[in-house]
Amino acid sequence: MKKPYVPEYVGTVTKYVFVDSPDTTPQDIATAAYEIAQGVMIKETCFGCQVTGSPEDVKRIVDHLRKLDPFRIFIKDRGFPPGDPRRCRADLGGARPGYLGHEFEMGLVRYFSYGLKETDGMTPAALKKAAAKDLPIEEQLDANILNQLISEEK
Amino acid sequence: MAKVFIYPATSLILSDLVARFGHEPLGSAISIREHIQTPGFDSPPIQMTSEDPQKGLKWAAVEVPSGIRGRMSLYGPLVEEAEAAIIIDEPDLAFGCMGCARTNELLAFMLREKDIPRLELRYPANKEEGVTFVAKIKQFLKELEVKK
Repeated sequence: MKKPYVPEYVGTVTKYVFVDSPDTTPQDIATAAYEIAQGVMIKETCFGCQVTGSPEDVKRIVDHLRKLDPFRIFIKDRGFPPGDPRRCRADLGGARPGYLGHEFEMGLVRYFSYGLKETDGMTPAALKKAAAKDLPIEEQLDANILNQLISEEK
Repeated sequence: MAKVFIYPATSLILSDLVARFGHEPLGSAISIREHIQTPGFDSPPIQMTSEDPQKGLKWAAVEVPSGIRGRMSLYGPLVEEAEAAIIIDEPDLAFGCMGCARTNELLAFMLREKDIPRLELRYPANKEEGVTFVAKIKQFLKELEVKK
């Protein structure tokens, strides 16, 4: 027989707050969030914190947190609330799946922080000029070249 | 404020930049949240039910594996809702099983086919490219505002 599913935290949103800064620690972020939490759920993590609550409350808190270190704090949505038994390591055991993307992007985050800082004070003309620079996308292998390579292999 | 689909849909940076510059990022977290906050029958781990691959039929044909159709039931509505898209070309983090890979290909195809403003770029490899990356996204989102 099918078991009914009763969702928790209906109507809430959860946001991740990531920090990678020499000046601001995840603890600073969590403390600042607790100070203005007003009942919103804050979970301190090794990379920053997670904020769960009504969309208005979460927006209020993350907007405040972003101001602490605007170029080095990054925020994104999360589908699951913190501690969800389907995702939480306390229930699953072992490593939690799904942080691969964050791990990859946090490796590049210093470039984004630098980019944000540099573009912040740019005039519209300078921004347009910077945006016009090439960021080449790797070209697909041409079918004729592939054909040639195959024929050379033979 | 435009709804901007981000690819990879789980990207932290794209999600942050789109929200930072005043638009709404459409990523997988949005549809996962909607999915797990809707009452129904218990179907762990992410509450995908047998109805989802059926919903996915709207975007993928019946002979396409159910894994892709199931994933499309999450992404399809977001793509339809999207007013613009930012696509990172061949992102290293978006590798996965065949279901993920084919869904990613289908997603990129759908976004390229759709008549919406689109920005395609790749991850930066140094600081200078970081500036170009952010400037491109900032400029794209700014122009989006003007068009709206």
